[in-house]
Amino acid sequence: MLKISNLHAAIESENKPILKGVNLEIGAGEIHAIMGPNGSGKSTLSYVLSGRDGYEVTDGSVDFSGEDLMEMEPEERAAAGLFLAFQYPVEIPGVQTMTFLRTALNEIRKARSEKEIDAVGFLKLVREKCKSLNISDEMMKRAVNVGFSGGEKKRNETLQMAVLEPKLAVLDETDSGLDIDALRVVADGVNALRSPNRSMLVITHYQRLLDYIVPDKVHVMANGRIVKSGGKELALELEEHGYAQYEAA
Amino acid sequence: MAATVDTVERVESITADKYKYGFVTDIEMESAPIGLSEDTVRFISAKKEEPSWMLEWRLKAYRHWLTMKEPNWAKIGYDPIDYQDTYFFAAPKQKVAPKSLDEVDPELLRTYEKLGIPLKEQEVLAGVAVDYVFDSVSVATTFRAKLEEAGVLFMPISEAIINHPDLVKKYMGTVVPTSDNYFAALNSAVFTDGSFVYVPKGVHCPMELSTYFRINAQNTGQFERTLIIADDDTYVSYLEGCTAPMRDENQLHAAVVELVAHENAEIKYSTVQNWYPGDEEGKGGIYNFVTKRAKCAGANSKVSWTQVETGSAVTWKYPSCILQGDNSQGEFYSIAITNNMQQADTGTKMVHIGKNTRSRIISKGISAGKAQNTYRGLVKALPRASNARNFTQCDSLLIGDRCGAHTVPYIESSNSSARIEHEATTSKVSEDQLFYCRQRGIPEEEALALIVNGFCKEVLQELPMEFAVEAQKLVAISLEGSVG
Ligand SMILES: Nc1ncnc2c1ncn2[C@@H]1O[C@H](COP(=O)(O)OP(=O)(O)OP(=O)(O)O)[C@@H](O)[C@H]1O
Ligand SMILES: [Mg+2]
Repeated sequence: MLKISNLHAAIESENKPILKGVNLEIGAGEIHAIMGPNGSGKSTLSYVLSGRDGYEVTDGSVDFSGEDLMEMEPEERAAAGLFLAFQYPVEIPGVQTMTFLRTALNEIRKARSEKEIDAVGFLKLVREKCKSLNISDEMMKRAVNVGFSGGEKKRNETLQMAVLEPKLAVLDETDSGLDIDALRVVADGVNALRSPNRSMLVITHYQRLLDYIVPDKVHVMANGRIVKSGGKELALELEEHGYAQYEAA
Repeated sequence: MAATVDTVERVESITADKYKYGFVTDIEMESAPIGLSEDTVRFISAKKEEPSWMLEWRLKAYRHWLTMKEPNWAKIGYDPIDYQDTYFFAAPKQKVAPKSLDEVDPELLRTYEKLGIPLKEQEVLAGVAVDYVFDSVSVATTFRAKLEEAGVLFMPISEAIINHPDLVKKYMGTVVPTSDNYFAALNSAVFTDGSFVYVPKGVHCPMELSTYFRINAQNTGQFERTLIIADDDTYVSYLEGCTAPMRDENQLHAAVVELVAHENAEIKYSTVQNWYPGDEEGKGGIYNFVTKRAKCAGANSKVSWTQVETGSAVTWKYPSCILQGDNSQGEFYSIAITNNMQQADTGTKMVHIGKNTRSRIISKGISAGKAQNTYRGLVKALPRASNARNFTQCDSLLIGDRCGAHTVPYIESSNSSARIEHEATTSKVSEDQLFYCRQRGIPEEEALALIVNGFCKEVLQELPMEFAVEAQKLVAISLEGSVG
């Protein structure tokens, strides 16, 4: 599904290398978790994967279902099935969440030469998803992320993921800022989306999330590299000992 | 960030050939001799078979115009207009007014089709009475019978001058006097046509009244004149929309619109303006100098101006309200989009004369490329205007960093109980917003249109439904090519 090989990337404006040779392979249907200290490059990896401007890929490659991901525009990556739940979701004043999400879904469908969904059909779809995620659809009438609480923003990201049904979802700290109940809601939502042909890359600081979303693999990222990989027990170990041994390396 | 530069470059790649409505219709013109003199004024008046009082009115305006100077205080710059090198009258050659669409020049119908407004569909689907102004002469008027049944008069002003001279004489020039300003005086002398609406007492106009203006003949200054009168206890909604074909030389447009609202009357005037803005260097666009003013003459009367301005090389326009009747209300909702070398200096004037008068101004300015966008607003409370209230909000959105937005509010209050509030914000379309949209699969161009439409929402929602959809498309078209 996703194969990252020796990926090097730098902040374009400052010529500052952040990713220093990332290797990672995620198979179809697998859930991988990335943990690691602040500033180690986790969000940067998610941005480089999704094609945000401002980063220069200086070496390495990323293969996404047989396609060269780095050659694609961000919207093409989305159409190919890549979804990023942002660590800091962006506010778009005046644009109703419903309109935003329907535009997104239809653009993706257009890009795939599929039939667009009409307003009525979309409303039905959103209601269903909201219900299954236990999210109030009142949120859909408000402008995208404007005035949303931290937790509401994260729930909104989860809902968008559920509607767009990606092949690979990168969740960047979707658990931070959530209260215990909300954490369950988001985790249940994510688990409900688990399927043999949907993979996930979950970035988190908390082992607790991985109790709910049980990963196939856990990776430790430090200083722009994956420095250790293991099973879900690795998360417990990190919880106990911290990152000190990896940062020194 | 490099990305910002990238966006700027892409914004600037908007090209003239992207202008969808840039085409010229080939219809024989019958023009007045080039240039402006008393003879030109007489020629126009004679062509229109006007009564002598009308000719005298025009000549008086012309003589006054000769004594005036072109204003230069607005924040716009343009090549001087050579009035002796401009045609002041052009009419499609068609002697008898058509009774049905079959009688309309097929070339003209094709033009409307290119604009995406097939006449028949418009009539049937929208249920709108359309008074098309093609160049200077109205060619087709529909739904007239239904309006007549309600007692509403809706016709070309040239026809009203002949058939309803008392109404025209009573009202024309009472809101915008012939001597009001340079362009209004010019218009008064040489106006060729426009719309006339009279809503008699107690009538709620049964449909939206709509006029499509379109500039076509080369080098023909356009001088529309519109007069709308809403008598006591009435309601009327009027829609004005414009597009223009591609041009090499700048074309002058100096319209005058006068609205009169009597007691308990409400007039809603909506404009979607999409004249040719010129190419990337600003060559060939329309000069738009418009005087629009409403008089809320009666108690509890209300006038709302809503405008979406996306076209023209140069726009100079301040739809205004004279709030004379006690408790009368004036509203101004505006979206002005400027791109490339476009310049817009627009805003409103709210003059509070009566007691408890209220006004509300929401202005959204969007600038891209090297465009300059200025909001200029005057709120004035006269001594008798006790408890007058005004709320003004001016928001500017910048795309790239070579464009400009300016807000110039003037406040003059001579009544201590008047309360005037002004809020202003300036923001940029952020890379984060664009990326968020693109990550969700929305291509950059659509993303920009979505963000800009969101920014304009408060104004768009003031437009009548059908018009709002059109306006949203226009916002997208005018920023098209700006990215990607
Ligand atoms: N635009 C930028 N300019 C300069 N440095 C940047 C920029 N963006 C990110 N960085 C730096 O890149 C490094 C990696 O940041 P990144 O956001 O990827 O970390 P992270 O692992 O997601 O951290 P956290 O756990 O705090 O979210 C940090 O040192 C950060 O300061
Ligand atoms: Mg991060």
